[in-house]
Amino acid sequence: MARTLFDKIWDAHRVSTPKSGEASGEDLIAIDRVFLHERTGSVALESLMASRREPIDPTRVFCTMDHIVSTDEGRGRNDARTPGGEVFITATRAAAQKTGINLIDVDSADQGIVHVISPELGIAQPGLTLVCPDSHTCSQGALGAAAWGIGSTDAEHAMATGTLRLKRPPQMRIRVNGTLVDGITAKDLILHIIGTLGADGAKRCAVEFCGEAVEALGVEARLTLCNMAVEFAAFTAIIAPDETTFDYLEGRRFAPKADDWEAALAYWRTLISDADATFDFEHVFDAKEIGHMITWGTSPGQAGRLDGTADASDYMGLKAGEVIEGLPIGGAFIGSCTNARISDLRAAAKILRGRKVADAVTAICVPGSMAVRRDAEAEGIDQIFRDAGFEWGEAGCAFCFYAGGRTFAPGTRVVSSTNRNFEGRQGPNVRTHLASPAVVAASAVAGKIAAPGNLSP
Amino acid sequence: MNRPFTTHTGVAAPLRGDNIDTDQIIPSREMKTVSKTGLSGGLFAGQRYTTGRTPNPDFVLNQPDYANATILIGGRNFGCGSSREHAVWALKEYGIRAVIAPSFGEIFHGNLISNGLLPIQLASTVIDQLPREVTIDLTAQTISGQRFEIDASAKRRLVEGLDAIAETLQSRVEIEEFLERDRIARPWVYERVKGCFT
Repeated sequence: MARTLFDKIWDAHRVSTPKSGEASGEDLIAIDRVFLHERTGSVALESLMASRREPIDPTRVFCTMDHIVSTDEGRGRNDARTPGGEVFITATRAAAQKTGINLIDVDSADQGIVHVISPELGIAQPGLTLVCPDSHTCSQGALGAAAWGIGSTDAEHAMATGTLRLKRPPQMRIRVNGTLVDGITAKDLILHIIGTLGADGAKRCAVEFCGEAVEALGVEARLTLCNMAVEFAAFTAIIAPDETTFDYLEGRRFAPKADDWEAALAYWRTLISDADATFDFEHVFDAKEIGHMITWGTSPGQAGRLDGTADASDYMGLKAGEVIEGLPIGGAFIGSCTNARISDLRAAAKILRGRKVADAVTAICVPGSMAVRRDAEAEGIDQIFRDAGFEWGEAGCAFCFYAGGRTFAPGTRVVSSTNRNFEGRQGPNVRTHLASPAVVAASAVAGKIAAPGNLSP
Repeated sequence: MNRPFTTHTGVAAPLRGDNIDTDQIIPSREMKTVSKTGLSGGLFAGQRYTTGRTPNPDFVLNQPDYANATILIGGRNFGCGSSREHAVWALKEYGIRAVIAPSFGEIFHGNLISNGLLPIQLASTVIDQLPREVTIDLTAQTISGQRFEIDASAKRRLVEGLDAIAETLQSRVEIEEFLERDRIARPWVYERVKGCFT
């Protein structure tokens, strides 16, 4: 019987199916990798220890510190960006050491946002099941893994048993034909898809992205595309692994080596949806119709073309029909698991080179990992950001979400390369517009929402 | 072990709007300790209070009719966004036993069941007809006489208040057998990498 890519991974991980007579439909699925972070992983680890259980295989559990660590340059290893947040860092560190899992601590050269470092270190791989108590775990489907976000209790379950019990989700295929226009990015593509289908549009499906435009994306752009699947109610997203994926992974620290690499590669090449596989839902998009995108409302589904108009939104201070381009801004943020990889910073730096951020704008860049930060510094990108008037941070989730502590002033309109424009997400009454790093950079320079092509030289 | 859910009668408080996310259910700034408790004060903090901790009279749970609500009614895609289980822990500590919505955020939905809270998915038209006080019978799958559907395994787990980890650990032998086979089929998955995180 014809199977999808997701089916193939699911079937390869099925420990058992329900006993006959049970009407459940749940499978017991082996989990290859558990990733944790200090915000939600800490409580999972502590709860596991309190019930006198141990991880079934601590070497396949990884933990980073990203959510509330300080991202100020020269931070100390216990410094939190949120008042009283230190306890999450110290408790996670202690629990990680006690349980013997892999800890990527604040002062590690490998530290960074979970969905940035997992691919970067080669931990996420095609065909794996990977879970993390973090909703943006769907990002990692970009490498052809079945990767999804779970709660802390399920993280505890996955650590203790090496499995999760769940029903196979329904499946959706989103095909993107054609080629993206020059300068239009994976962020524009995903905002276009979510804006078209709505914040509930993926109907809890495992979504396979495919088609010419998706195949043409590099792994980092694919991570951006899959990252926001949860923002339109997907169970997760996945992209069939191909030569782009294999080239990206080869030689990375946790990628298979030598004979293992050859064996893995042979297996990975089988991970494609069969030609006659059926999906519960299918959508087709045309890449060439997509322009610079931006959200205007307080749900990621409220997205449209940057040169278009908004609907009414009290919170966002917008009237129906108001033109989005040219709205004055007070903040610009480049960072997060969506858009803080080296390719994102390069795209922004290309616009910022030789330009200055407008006086009224507080502009901040926080690289997604310390490795990205080092790469950027080696290329002189940090200097371009600094010269333009951007703050340059150490790796973490930073201004993607407010957790107390420093943020933009209430009422500030912010263009952000992040994934959520919820009310209060970046701070009380902060008005978030989601866009690509290039649009954030162009808007920071213009002091108003602007397309990269429309800046004076 | 969760409190088993069989029947429950309580006031159902309606929250307006679709896509109510877990940031709204519990803002990140309200997650102050590494704990599943001490969270109910932060529940809906953004809407529930005006300045400081002064109750906002416009918020549904502050209104006399709904002050004792043990059931919440939400719009489409209720509990979307962040995976934070703190949203469910806060609801549980506040005294919420069930949440009714036309659709749920997937992770939030799983978190409700993990903690013994009942998610009930109903069409908006049916939800609109529910009285202020409703009676839920999970065994019979009815709410004030209306039938609702629920996954059989979720139902069993809720009715019995089962600890899912303990239940799965009963399959330990099957899991070990799987791992034994899989180590041969996919050896690279189990390869240890030493001295990594410096």
